[in-house]
Amino acid sequence: MANKPRVAIFDFTGCEGCELNQLNFEDQLLDILAHVDIVEWREAMDDRPGEYDIAFVEGSLSTPDCIKRIHDVRRRAKVLVALGSCAVTGGVNAVKNTRPIEEVREEVYGEDKYLFPTLPALPLSAVVKVDYNVRGCPMTQIEFLKVFTSLVMGKTPVEPDYSVCVECKLKENECVYEKGMICLGPVTRAGCEAHCTSVGQYCTGCRGLVSEPNLKGMEEILTAHGLSVDEAWKRLELYNANQLEGVKG
Amino acid sequence: MSTNLEIKVEHLTRVEGHGDIVVNMRDGVLEKAQLEIVEAPRYFEAMLKGRSFHEAAIITSRICGICSLGHQITSLKATEQALGLEVSEQTVLLRKLLIHGAALQSNILHAYFLAAPDFLGVGSVFPLVGSHPEVVVRALRMKRLANDIGDVVSGRAVHPITPVPGGFTRIPTEKELLGLKQRLLDDMVPDFLATVDTMEALAGMIPDFTRETEFISLRGDDDYALYDGDICSTDTGRVPDSDYMAMTNEHVVSHSTSKHCKVNRSSYMVGALARWNNNHDKLCDVSLQAAERLGLKPNCHNPYMNTIAQVVEAGHCALDAVAIIDTLLENGLKDEAPNQEPTKFGTGIGATEVPRGILYHEYTYDRKGRIAKANCVIPTGQNLANIDDDMKKLVPEVINESKADITLKLEMLVRAYDPCISCSVHLLDVDFIE
Repeated sequence: MANKPRVAIFDFTGCEGCELNQLNFEDQLLDILAHVDIVEWREAMDDRPGEYDIAFVEGSLSTPDCIKRIHDVRRRAKVLVALGSCAVTGGVNAVKNTRPIEEVREEVYGEDKYLFPTLPALPLSAVVKVDYNVRGCPMTQIEFLKVFTSLVMGKTPVEPDYSVCVECKLKENECVYEKGMICLGPVTRAGCEAHCTSVGQYCTGCRGLVSEPNLKGMEEILTAHGLSVDEAWKRLELYNANQLEGVKG
Repeated sequence: MSTNLEIKVEHLTRVEGHGDIVVNMRDGVLEKAQLEIVEAPRYFEAMLKGRSFHEAAIITSRICGICSLGHQITSLKATEQALGLEVSEQTVLLRKLLIHGAALQSNILHAYFLAAPDFLGVGSVFPLVGSHPEVVVRALRMKRLANDIGDVVSGRAVHPITPVPGGFTRIPTEKELLGLKQRLLDDMVPDFLATVDTMEALAGMIPDFTRETEFISLRGDDDYALYDGDICSTDTGRVPDSDYMAMTNEHVVSHSTSKHCKVNRSSYMVGALARWNNNHDKLCDVSLQAAERLGLKPNCHNPYMNTIAQVVEAGHCALDAVAIIDTLLENGLKDEAPNQEPTKFGTGIGATEVPRGILYHEYTYDRKGRIAKANCVIPTGQNLANIDDDMKKLVPEVINESKADITLKLEMLVRAYDPCISCSVHLLDVDFIE
């Protein structure tokens, strides 16, 4: 067998839950280690070497230092994979982008706001080229393993571009709207196997929008079920503030 | 021997989040010894404002992946108190079961993956796969079962799904709970005893360092308090959780994006060692025997022993999880819907023992059920001043050792607290105390 691919894992602005999910591969961790060399991972190990084949990157970019570090990671990586909502869309961090940045900084740090520089929370793709995405908050282990095995085998991972409703219907779940709850499944990109709606919760839109979201159609479903369109927009903003910027008009 | 010393550890490894250790000594005078928090601020305050009560726990669990269950439960308790939502005994038992699962997962992860490599002179857990395979496999098996408690009871261990205000969107089945109970008895208990053997072999390498400080944790009358109880200080005793502001006193310091805390002294400690010092009388015999073998005594003021206190506590979590499952099954599982009809809109406080210590959430809701005001006080934030005080005492005591050894002792000290820096740079509320 050829040399094992060298893998590195990085985190930016986020909760490190996606990384934790990698430490949670209890059943597969030893198999994974048989196929790759993990050469850099601050959360789990001390080493800090030079270059690597695959960089997995969690978190959004929200400070000048983040921008500097992500360029460095990109330079040293042959393939860069964005892990989780924060890295793919900006995630919950991007909610602050919906308000004037000066107002947010002042609210949190008062007159010391200039001590801690901040930028709008951006997805990695706003600054560097991203080769693949593993979506979700947190990313699911199944999807991570799919992308991981594809890359190790030299194949191109494929992302679905249809809505969560498709997977939810396949699971034969009762529609969340029928239970009188707001649900963001109709415009949210699938790939999670409708996990939340299958255990009684609504879809929070954590995986980002499909490439051509039918927002008008979702409004019609909401209205037909007597649910608040404004509240649904607000909930959609939680994970999609950056994407909605362009759609809302 | 050196009278000048400069240490800067940037982006300390094997901790959750981003922090730097900075030590400066000149001509024998210690000018600086502190943990600088460089984590990017997240602005959760801005995210929560105006959000519906359905979203509060979903959002706050995203403060931190490692502590997501703790934030979620604490958030739900605060929301329920603010909105006057009563929950059933079954809901409380299921939440207690989740807290045990999360504590097991977190304590095991810390002891084996983050702390143990220091004792074995390696930079991470990965070299141990080759040198100590049976230990790594055991650690993974324990973590898997702990996470499965989260998956079964809350839909997902990281960022749980089914716990919502007023109850659960899905109740686990009898078969699922029996499966967990069987594995707790067949695997977790023997693995816990083997863990005590492993830790006993390493315990001799724990630095001998003592600094008297104040310990704060929950304390209850009945059980080893994790889900609820009074706030208890080793200095001044018990007060109700409504006094949490006076028992934290958050204030801003210039070297940290996270605030510091103090009560009766310049600093205090929260976490497993604080729980041990306040509540060791409530632990089960298996845990007490483990404590004895590992040299953990009541009234322990060595912060490095926090890792040992986490291990000791894990035995209690495993056995109490079994007892909770028994009670749930004896009572008979009820397929209840969550109680989500608010009876008022006001302010509520939640206080919970999460793996790193006591966590507080407080929300004020407006009449539309939207968040008007929020405050969270995080365990790691409460420990930061105590870590700095420890460093200031430790450095002069070890100044004759090599710079590499001093650095290692400082890194081990910070890791012993199992700090969660993502959490500590949480929602940073508005007021700055001059």
